[in-house]
Order: sequence, then C-alpha cells, then structure tokens
Amino acid sequence: MTALTNDHDLHDHDDHHHHEAEAADRYMFGFWLYIISDCLLFATLFATYAVMGQNFDNQITPNELFDLGFVAVETALLLLSSFTFGMAMLGANVENMAKMKFWLIITALLGLSFLGMEIYEFVHFSHEGATPQTSGYWTSFYSLVATHGLHVTAGLIWMSLLFVHFNRDGFTNENKIRLACLSLFWHFLDIIWICVFSFVYLRGAM
Amino acid sequence: MVQTDLIKDPHVLTGKLHWGVIPFHDPVVAPVMVAAILGGLLLVAFVTYKKLWGYLWDEWFTSVDHKKIGIMYCIVALVMLVRGFSDAILMRTHQALATSDSFGEGFLPPEHYDQIFTAHGVIMIFFVATPLMVGIMNVIMPLQIGARDVAFPFLNSLSFYLFLVGALLINISLFVGEFAATGWLAYTPLSGIEYSPGVGVDYWIWALQISGIGTTLTAVNFVATILKMRAPGMTMMKMPVFTWTTFCANIIALVIFPILTVAIAQLTLDRYLDFNFFTNDDGGNQMMWVNLIWAWGHPEVYFLVLPAFGMISEVTATFSRKKLFGYVSLVWATIAITILSFLVWLHHFFTMGSGASVNAFFGIMTMIIGIPTGVKLYNWIFTMYKGRVELTASMWWVIAMLVTFTVGGMTGVMLSIPANDFVLHNSMFVPAHFHNVIIGGAVYGYFAGFTYWFPKATGVKLNETLGKWSVALWFFGYFFAWFPLYYTGFDGMTRRLQYIDNPEWQASMYISLIGVALIAAGIAAQVGNIVLSLYKRNDPQYKDVTGDPWDAHTLEWYTTSPPQFYNFGDVPYINDRDPLLDMKQKGTAYKRPEKYERIHMPKNTWAGPVLGMLTLPMGFGFVWHIWWMVLVSVAAIFVCWIKLNFERDKDYYVEVPEVEEIEGKFLKSNEGRSFYFEKNAKFYKKWKPSDQK
Repeated sequence: MTALTNDHDLHDHDDHHHHEAEAADRYMFGFWLYIISDCLLFATLFATYAVMGQNFDNQITPNELFDLGFVAVETALLLLSSFTFGMAMLGANVENMAKMKFWLIITALLGLSFLGMEIYEFVHFSHEGATPQTSGYWTSFYSLVATHGLHVTAGLIWMSLLFVHFNRDGFTNENKIRLACLSLFWHFLDIIWICVFSFVYLRGAM
Repeated sequence: MVQTDLIKDPHVLTGKLHWGVIPFHDPVVAPVMVAAILGGLLLVAFVTYKKLWGYLWDEWFTSVDHKKIGIMYCIVALVMLVRGFSDAILMRTHQALATSDSFGEGFLPPEHYDQIFTAHGVIMIFFVATPLMVGIMNVIMPLQIGARDVAFPFLNSLSFYLFLVGALLINISLFVGEFAATGWLAYTPLSGIEYSPGVGVDYWIWALQISGIGTTLTAVNFVATILKMRAPGMTMMKMPVFTWTTFCANIIALVIFPILTVAIAQLTLDRYLDFNFFTNDDGGNQMMWVNLIWAWGHPEVYFLVLPAFGMISEVTATFSRKKLFGYVSLVWATIAITILSFLVWLHHFFTMGSGASVNAFFGIMTMIIGIPTGVKLYNWIFTMYKGRVELTASMWWVIAMLVTFTVGGMTGVMLSIPANDFVLHNSMFVPAHFHNVIIGGAVYGYFAGFTYWFPKATGVKLNETLGKWSVALWFFGYFFAWFPLYYTGFDGMTRRLQYIDNPEWQASMYISLIGVALIAAGIAAQVGNIVLSLYKRNDPQYKDVTGDPWDAHTLEWYTTSPPQFYNFGDVPYINDRDPLLDMKQKGTAYKRPEKYERIHMPKNTWAGPVLGMLTLPMGFGFVWHIWWMVLVSVAAIFVCWIKLNFERDKDYYVEVPEVEEIEGKFLKSNEGRSFYFEKNAKFYKKWKPSDQK
C-alpha cells in the first residue's frame, strides 16, 4: 500500500481507498477462514481427549492433581486479557496510540502470566509423576492444553511484532488489519480456553 | 551394527545418517539414482549454459502469478506421475512373476515391495492427483470469475513450495534411507516406533505434514478468492460449475486438512517423544488413528473428485454446443456431496467391530452419497443429448470417464453393504474399486480439463490424434489392468501380497500386466503430445491466436492465450451463467470498452521460494534426527518471516497506456471474430439452454 503515497488527483485517491477497503475485507475474511481451520484443529484434539479420557493405564489420574482454584485464576487472567484487548481495540478505533499501547501491554502481561502459570502447572504435574509419556490420558491432556499454550505464545510474539509495526508506521490500513486479526485470534483462544476449562479441568477434577 | 547404534543414539552432526543408507548395491534403485543424478546435473548444466537462472528466478520461481504457479504445479505433478507409475509397473511385474513356478518369487524383496506400494499410493494421491488438480484450479478458477489473481498471491506461492518440499522429501527417501513400508495411510501400531524403527515412516510424516499445510493454505486462499473476488454481476448461482466444484472442494480441504495435521503430529509425538496416542500399551488407542486418518481421508477423496466433476461439466457443455443441463441440480448435488462426504468415513473399516447399528448408518450414508453423484452423470448425459457433440480429445476423456466411473461407482455400492464388506475387506477387490473411481472419475476428469485448458495456459493446442490415442490406451489399459484383480479379489486374494501361492491367479496377473503396459503407452503418448505440441507452437494448426479456440461459454476464454499477467484489461459485467456465450449472443464480444483503468497488481516476492524451501532442511533434519539442522532451518524461517513482515513495497499499478497497448493487440486479433459474432448473433441465440426453455 505504501507504494501509493504519491497519488495526486482525486480519481487516484478514490482508487486508493477502494483498494484499501477491499484489502481489509479480503484479509479479514481470509483470517476468519484460518480460524475455521484452527477450530477444526482443536476439535480434533478435543475428540482425541474425549476418546482417551479414561485411559489412565492404572497411573495417576487427573482428580488427584487438578486444582480448580489454580485453574480459575488462570482462566480469569485469560478472560481479563480478552477484555483488555477489547479496550486496546477501542483505542485503535479512535487512533489513540497511547491508549492502544497501554491496553496492549496490559494484555501481553496478562497473557504472559497465564503462560507462566501453565508452565508452572506442567512442571508441577511432571514432578507428581504425570508426564505425557505416563498414559494415554496424559498424552491427550498435554497435547491439547499445550497446543492452546503454543497458540498463546504465538499471539504474544505477534503482539510484540505489532508494537514495532505501529512504532514505525502508525495507524496505517495494513497495521489496523493486523491488529484486528490479532484481536480475532486472541478472542478465539479465549473461547477455546473456556472449552478446555469446562471439558478438561471441570470434568477431570471430578 | 553401526546402523542400530545410530538409531538408538544419533550422531550430533549427522544424526542417523551413514553411508550404509544409500542403496549403492540395490540393482533396482542404484541405476535410477545414477540416472537421476546425471539427469539433474545435465539440466543444471543446460540452464546455466543458456543463462536461464535469472529468467527462471524472476519470471517463475518468485512469481505470484496464479497462472505460472498453476503451471509449475502441473509440471511437478506430471514428473511425479512418471515416478508413481514406475512403482505401478514394478508392482504389476513383480506380482506377475511372483505367482509363477517357472520364475520363482519375483524380483523384489518384501521390505522393498512394501515401500513401493506405500510410495505409489502416497505419490499418486498427494503428489500427482492433488497438484494436477490444484494446478488446473490455479490457472483457471481466477480467470473464470474475472479476478486479477487469487486473494493472497504470496500464500499461493508459499503453498506451492511447501507441496514441492513434500515431493522432494519422498524422492530423497528413494536414494537416502528408505520410505515407509506401512501402506499409504501408515496404520498404527505398524507405523509406530516399535514396529517401524527406521526412518521410512518419518519421511512419510514430514512429506505429508509439510505439503498438507500447503494444501490448507491453498484452501483458505481459494475460498477467499471465490467469495470475495468475483467479477461484478457474478452472483453465486452465476458461477461456472468448475468454480462451484473448486469452491466446495476447498471448503472440504479447509475442514479436513487440520485433522490430518493433528493426526500426523500425534504420530510424530508418539515416534519422537514416546507419547501414547496410538501405542499398543500405556493406554494408547490404535483405532483412533484409523478413525482420524479416514475422517480426513474420505472427504479427501471428494476433495479430489469434485473439481474433476467440474471439469467434465465445462468440457461437456462446450463440446455439446449446449448450455449445461440442469445447472441448479448440479450445484446442489455438489453441495450435497460436500456435506455427505463427512458422514461416510467409517465404511473404510466396517470390520473394526463397532456394531450393527453404526455399520448400518455408515453403509446407508455411503449408498446415499451415490445419489447426487448419479444426478451428475445424468446431467452430463442429458447435456450431450440432442447436442451437436464434437468428439474432440477432451470429449473422449469425458466419455471414458462416464463409462469407467459408473462401473467404479457400482462396485462402491457393493462395498457399502457391511455384510459384503466383511467378505471383501482387504481383498484386491478394494484397490480395484478405488482405482476404478479415482482413475475413472478424478484422473480422466483432470485429463479432460488438462486437454481442454492447455491452450488457455500455454497458447498451444494439443495434438488431437495423439490425445485420442492416449484416451484409448488408458481406457482399455485400465480395464485390462483391474478387471482381473476384481476377480482375484472376489476369489480371496488379499491386498499387498509380495508372494502369491495360488497358481489359479497367474493368468489374471498376466492380463493385468498387459493392462499396465497399455497405460504406460497412454502416458508416453501424453508426454509425447505435450512435447510435440509445444515444439510446433507456431504452427497454425497448434497456435491459439484468438484466446477462444473451442468457441466456448465461460469468461476464461475472453482473454488472450496465455492470458496477460493482469488477466483482463477490462472485467465485463456478468449478466449470465455463460458470460462469453451471452456476449456472443448479444454481439457485444470483443468490443473496445469506453475506457481502461489502471490495474493494481502484486509484486513478485523472494519469500515464497525461500521460506518454502527452508522447510526442506527442516524436514530432512527431523527425519534423520539432525537437530542442529532443524534449529538452523527453523531460525532461518523465523528471520525470513520477520523480514517479509516488515517489507513495504509489495504492489504496483499497470498504467492505462500499457493496458491499452496490450489490449489493442488482443482486440485486433479478434477483429474478424467480433464481426463474425455480430453477424451470427442469431445462430448463438438458437443455442438454447436446455434447462431454461
């Protein structure tokens, strides 16, 4: 898009806006399609978890390990980060750089804390004797939860890249699309986590 | 000794690699390896001598033009067809020799034979059928909807290179190490580390994982293209049928390829990190693999065959000189197949023991999916009925398809009855059936489309006589090759036999060998045809000067052959399902538009080839446990990705004078025809749509 900066007459400007609007539409739609495929990816992992949900192989079971209070804090952090991302988007809508950055940093911190708690939990479980190699159940548990964690990690890397983008170019059309896609991604991960919380932790703790 | 040590404890620098993995002493592979290396060196020398590297890099490798990417897909697909077909020849020859007392036990040892049938299946599905179809989609679909390119041109280029890396990994496995000996879907626990400790399954894993991610990206790209970039006036129900089938096929791909990605990732974790998804003990579940792989695998079949149906529809309508019979029913049949394709996967393993009700459900669903497929056959037959059918080579493919596919469909209905399936499961009847539908349905459809659209992609028409010879050779070759195997399958012969101890089946194996020789001649005729036609490209009999050599209906023919990089100087408003026919009827075709506008185009990018090809050392490193190679490649991919992310200069405009100059030439070459259509508008008006009387 930056190749278009030396447009002069009115017609070219129309052209320019037309392409920008069209590109935004196309990229957002493409990203929704990606979200669909990612949904299916998680659906497969959830199906695997459902199939292997009782395959304990006489090893340690989840209700011996799951601490719902701990997971509740984790969940709260992630849900809150969705809210703060929403605040960042409100900042972006009025092109208020300071507001957007402030809320984005809060979001990133919440995301990082979530990840830290998840890693702590994994280490703790491993010490208690529940590693992915322990049984079919733990294989499916770790692969599902860690895939979500990897997505959060990717989201955090993306967020830090966006900082560089916004510092360099400000509120360009491209950067707004990037931010909107990341926002979509972040809320999507939240929804997935709600499913993880309900089907994995609540069910497993019983 | 060295080898087993390395498997347990890979070397830091070279992983599990050592000289013993290169088959210098194998009488079959060694000559092929020498030939491949010599051929490769010759090709490199030729390109260097002709100073073509710069041209190839600028015009092809870095191109984001959907037409060029499509052509590259087709080239790789045809090369891989030769590779996959060589495997077929080896298998048929081996089985013919391995049933006979006088010849003994054939010439392939079991572990080699097992790799061959595995490689044959994987190559034919993933690296021949898929890329040939994606290649044709790439070239034609954006032209049919009047788009300048696909929605995400860079992703398209990346998809191609990911697919290419998969194909390269499979070919490397022939010369370095081994390929999986597990059958094309690598059933667990056989494909687990316990029973397949070598690198064969790892090659399978990384070839399919990398190319599968490419297919997912293609699906995102094409669905977005079709939904967001159609010409003004082209509503969904005015889209050409090929675009409809491409759309539905890519919806399928979008939904199923993540399942494959997850399933393969799970197998990877089992093999590399001792996870317990599909293991025999520790609470693993092998049948989950079979379910997951077929939850992907069965819709995958429809992903392959739907676009072939689209191609058949376009060819039939054009050469019957009629509009397609029952467009609406064809579209709904396509949508019905798309949905039903997700509800039949269990028919691949009725013998799993899931009980009568589950088997009955999937058996009935399988029979139901035959109905929309049958609807399509009648659509094509009624399109030909009372048409002025022109028996060109592509029409010959259509007729070969109608006959062969119908037979294959009927044997499919036989297999869909669970009680029958218990008898026929794992017998030769099953490969005979699926070759019947995949060759008869998908491949013949692709070849029809390939012949039909070859002039559009290259500007050169194929030789008709050679084209018809290849149809005839394939058609009879198929029946010779597979009908004896239907019989032996019925008679109890199981699949994948390295040695056959029943002398009664010997004659069948011989007849089948004759069939495979006929198909080989058919493929030779096709390759010869392409070479000959391209060689004679300036001969008036071969050259397509008008851009519309078949007097066709749809938008892709309303531009030069091959099309300009921007596809259309001026995208017309679409009033009809067959826009070009509509313009011919109204006498408005090939008129200069009032004014041209400047055209917005994406720039070529280094990122597709570089990012894509970096997954090759990554995959190779994973296969051989060379961890530094994996780390370096992943780091390089990340760095390149960041660099691409921060690039600014990604697009440009084609200014009006340039468009005017190019389009002027095109209109001039069609001046006579424009006049002709004006004169004969009445004639085209008689061309009544059979479903819109």
